[in-house]
Amino acid sequence: MFGLNTKDTTLLLIVAMLTMFAPFILNPFPADSAMAQFNAGYPDLMQRFVIFGIFAIGFNILFGLTGYLSFGHAAFLGVGSYSAVWMMKLLTMNVIPAIALSVIVAGLFSVVIGYVSLRRSGIYFSILTLAFAQMSFNLAYSVLTPITNGETGLQISLSDPRILDGAGAARYPNLFGAEMNDATTLFLGGWSFTFSVGYYVCAVIMLLCFYLSVRIFRSPFGMMLRAVKSNQQRMNYTGLNTKPYTLAAFVISGMYAGLAGGLLAAMDPLAGAERMQWTASGEVVLMTILGGAGTLIGPVLGAGFIKYFENIFSKINDSVLHSWFSFMPDGIEDLMVTLVHPFVGKGWSLTLGIMFMLVVTFLPGGLVEGGQRIGRLLRRKPAKDDSASGKTEPAE
Amino acid sequence: MSKMNLTRRGVLQTGAVAGAGLALPTYLSAAAHSGFTNAPTGDTVTLGFNVPQTGPYADEGADELRAFELAVEHLNGGGDGGMLNTFSSKALEGNGIMGKKVQYVTGDTQTKSDAARASAKSMIEKDGAIMISGGSSSGVAVAVQGLCQEAGVIFMAGLTHSNDTTGKDKKANGFRHFFNAYMSAAALAPVLKNLYGDDRAAYHLTADYTWGWTQQESIQAATEAMGWSTINDVRTPLAATDFSSYIAPVLNSGADVLVLNHYGGNMVNSLTNAVQFGLRDKQVNGKNFEIVVPLYSELMAKGAGQNIKGIVGSQNWDWKLENQMGDRYAGTNAFVQSFGTKYGFPPSQAAQTCYAQTLLYADAVARAGSFNPCAVGEALAGFEFDGLGNGPTLYRADDHQCFKDVLVVRGAEDPSDEFNLVEIVEVTPAEQVTYDPEHPMFAGGALGECNPGA
Amino acid sequence: MDAILLQLLNGLDKGSAYALIALGLTLIFGTLGVVNFAHGALFMIGAFCAVTMQRFLTLSYETIDETKKDFLGNPLKVSSTYVESWFGPNIGSTIIDWAVPIAIVMAVPVMIAIGFVMERGLIKHFYKRPHADQILVTFGLAIVLQEIIKYFYGANPIPTPAPDMFRGSFDFGVLLGFDPNAIIYPYWRLVYFAFSAIIIGAVFAFLQFTTFGMVVRAGMADRETVGLLGINIDKRFTIMFGIAAAVAGLAGVMYAPINSPNYHMGMDFLVLSFVVVVVGGMGSLPGAVLAGFMLGILESFASMNEVKDLLPGIDQIIIYVVAIIILLTRPRGLMGRKGVMEE
Repeated sequence: MFGLNTKDTTLLLIVAMLTMFAPFILNPFPADSAMAQFNAGYPDLMQRFVIFGIFAIGFNILFGLTGYLSFGHAAFLGVGSYSAVWMMKLLTMNVIPAIALSVIVAGLFSVVIGYVSLRRSGIYFSILTLAFAQMSFNLAYSVLTPITNGETGLQISLSDPRILDGAGAARYPNLFGAEMNDATTLFLGGWSFTFSVGYYVCAVIMLLCFYLSVRIFRSPFGMMLRAVKSNQQRMNYTGLNTKPYTLAAFVISGMYAGLAGGLLAAMDPLAGAERMQWTASGEVVLMTILGGAGTLIGPVLGAGFIKYFENIFSKINDSVLHSWFSFMPDGIEDLMVTLVHPFVGKGWSLTLGIMFMLVVTFLPGGLVEGGQRIGRLLRRKPAKDDSASGKTEPAE
Repeated sequence: MSKMNLTRRGVLQTGAVAGAGLALPTYLSAAAHSGFTNAPTGDTVTLGFNVPQTGPYADEGADELRAFELAVEHLNGGGDGGMLNTFSSKALEGNGIMGKKVQYVTGDTQTKSDAARASAKSMIEKDGAIMISGGSSSGVAVAVQGLCQEAGVIFMAGLTHSNDTTGKDKKANGFRHFFNAYMSAAALAPVLKNLYGDDRAAYHLTADYTWGWTQQESIQAATEAMGWSTINDVRTPLAATDFSSYIAPVLNSGADVLVLNHYGGNMVNSLTNAVQFGLRDKQVNGKNFEIVVPLYSELMAKGAGQNIKGIVGSQNWDWKLENQMGDRYAGTNAFVQSFGTKYGFPPSQAAQTCYAQTLLYADAVARAGSFNPCAVGEALAGFEFDGLGNGPTLYRADDHQCFKDVLVVRGAEDPSDEFNLVEIVEVTPAEQVTYDPEHPMFAGGALGECNPGA
Repeated sequence: MDAILLQLLNGLDKGSAYALIALGLTLIFGTLGVVNFAHGALFMIGAFCAVTMQRFLTLSYETIDETKKDFLGNPLKVSSTYVESWFGPNIGSTIIDWAVPIAIVMAVPVMIAIGFVMERGLIKHFYKRPHADQILVTFGLAIVLQEIIKYFYGANPIPTPAPDMFRGSFDFGVLLGFDPNAIIYPYWRLVYFAFSAIIIGAVFAFLQFTTFGMVVRAGMADRETVGLLGINIDKRFTIMFGIAAAVAGLAGVMYAPINSPNYHMGMDFLVLSFVVVVVGGMGSLPGAVLAGFMLGILESFASMNEVKDLLPGIDQIIIYVVAIIILLTRPRGLMGRKGVMEE
């Protein structure tokens, strides 16, 4: 189906099911229960899951296939956001032109940066991309403020021209009138599930992106990129110029990043300079590696994992902890709160750091390998030694 | 997706869901029924406290959070009542807000516009927060204020000092209790004239982002109006940690005052560097070289250590205010007492502003008799009150900015303990720092219509 | 002229911090081939060694002074340090005053131990793993270290002043015949410059003139062959890791008086130090030092008002502009070796 083999079709269908039913899957706990803290099924976070999923899928096309580790991909995300917001300021609040422009601008930007950076390989390439992104960030924060609105970030305002929108047009980002922040909630017993227009727009786009990335992975072009990763020198010796291929991969992943940036702005019309900072570039690298670089679904998992910790764990404060452990005797309750306290709320990044170390140490193939191991356990087959995880023995 | 036939706001097409075999779902969209976002339905009401918990301002955020917790405790009738007892409005009865018990959720802004908005959105969408407060930077405040305007909830700004928050980026749903850069400048200028004379040449180092610029613009205008000249204004990168290359040329530039338009870590480092270069021991143009830090905070004073001694700046509030300046500032001691008893140290100005904002919001709801943001906004706009520690205060209707006295402070020469790092030099009365809503530094924005959400 | 001399001094000082951090990083990253994102955290821990020593020396007991009131109106608790009560106020306060230099004594063994534990416990297992995995694990470690420090010391910067005799500044201009105040420079920054020159010299001498250093250098060039000769290169690499950690830590201790340490200062330096190492060229110690000084000096010149007026914002991006120019004109940075981390 869709020009894919059975295995990939299954994967695509599974991803489609997961994204379409995400409002149910991510809200497993009744809204009034103490566990509701762990529910992630509200529009903003679900949108972030899929948008950063798109970002990571695109990054993986470059890094997973060619092995070129870009440390400046956030620049394209940021450029995408700025173009989208400008489109919404000047032209119309309909998201289609905004998203289209963000992809195009990010594409052009990545042609320039890619063309220059791809003259070097390995760490030298990484630092070149990092340097370009940091330059963009620093300039966006200061000198380019007329275009970027600096630290505050570019926002829409009532006085913007919006020449295509008439007087009665929607005031918020919309898709032909369906506003992105429109949502509807379904109450079922103690549970509540929210369906938002914005999320489903993002989800459909992510499915398309995912499908495209599967096709790229399985195409001769994808094969060529893998060959670049395994031995670029040999490719060059056979008289083949690899640069057009790597540049194409770079631009495609830059456009994915631009699309993600455009979507971020479409869901929430603000473009902040921090989106271009090296920490943001580092984040997508971490997402991809954490999920499993070079795998199809890994980057999406990694993106979800990091965003989940950032948004859910940071909100657990001491009073929430007390309500969790309130069934225990007082002394033990306080002890439990004291023990858990450093890892939640303001300590969420500590937990994330620990998770990074644990995952990479025990699951060398990332979260995907964890999934595979669980899958094997469920199928009750003994794990084969030559599993495709690419596990390497530690030195010595 | 083709099954999801969603039309305008809030209308639910249940066909697909009901068709999935679920018995008639009891659905409702709170908004559609009550006319505004997150209308409290049960016997509780949820407030969202969005403060930096990671990053350089985490300690300031922690102090804001303490103040919020204390305010919620007092609103619900717990503790000693704090400033509820001194507050001029008596609409609050210690039984929550309009009889509904106050609950709160917290989030981490990371001092990034993006993260702050994500966190605020989760409070609004997931937890049903009806008011968002807190924050420690103007960029974040402006970004979250914009979000609250769109979402239809009230934003009670925390620590934000840029003119823009209630200037060109002001919003109908946003309210600021904290003072701003213009007020700092207006309060400082006469004191600086008294201390250092009216014939001074100033050299500005300015953090290169919007807050820094408005601060620099304000100070330059105010000092030039009293006769000072401005030698140079140098923009420094926000990410800078070492300011030596910006400070080294100062001494030879002919300037005899250095103005550091920096905040937080930037200010601690630039001041430390300036003192290292020995600027304070030098004489230029036959006068002692002086350093001015227009915006002070207790945490910055702590971070800069001994370097802060004798440096003049401005503050929104200080815990010693009532003790030293009299009962005009009633409420200060009540607040310090309940905060200090609970946490063991006096509150910072960030804590005071967040505590006051929470009380002001609750009081406005009680007076309006409704949680509807438009009703609350109406109750706050033009509201005159007293007894929250700053003396008589006006929440101006034109721009939702509070007008109250501004403190001019100085780093103490010989602090008796770590809580006395700054001393109050003078309090500038509110009239002197009041400006026209159409003042050019604040022009270019409009409050717009209040938005109750759908 | 005096402005240029002044910025040259500044650049040398900034450069010595960059060079010192890059030197430690390049020992691990440029030679062992481990992408160590926790290097900034090591620098930060070094600075907190100074903070810890200061806290330790100012440990105090409390007495109640009935005549004064604290902020709640209760009698004031006055704290006095043990050090001052044991050694008398004069010697005691001098000891406290010298907390930062004293911290060096503590920092060296602490940092070497941290380096050993890091290498044996974690990094060792990642030598043969892809660089991507190394990034993830060391980044995770950096976050954990930084959060631990934040948990105990808070997020606010902590003032850690230099000894009294090094406060204030020295007037170079008078020596060179300029007007007074034309070229002044803080004493402690001069100390920092001298200190880093000594450390850099010591590391070079160690690698150049000792048998141990010779073996390590051979191991950097061709690890397998050295291993085949029956030399336990792994043990030596562990030691090198400890030395690298100590260099980063010392850079941090001495940096504490320049800027008050805070828990995220390591991250602020991290990106910069990678840029310095790569611009210097992978696998080259002299390259890292050279690049450190060069970028420091250029950054100082770029922040001169005359330059900024000509090119607004140049001081924000100068380092990256220079990095791009160098990497495009010299494929392996200033002095990089062929084949190190190029694939």
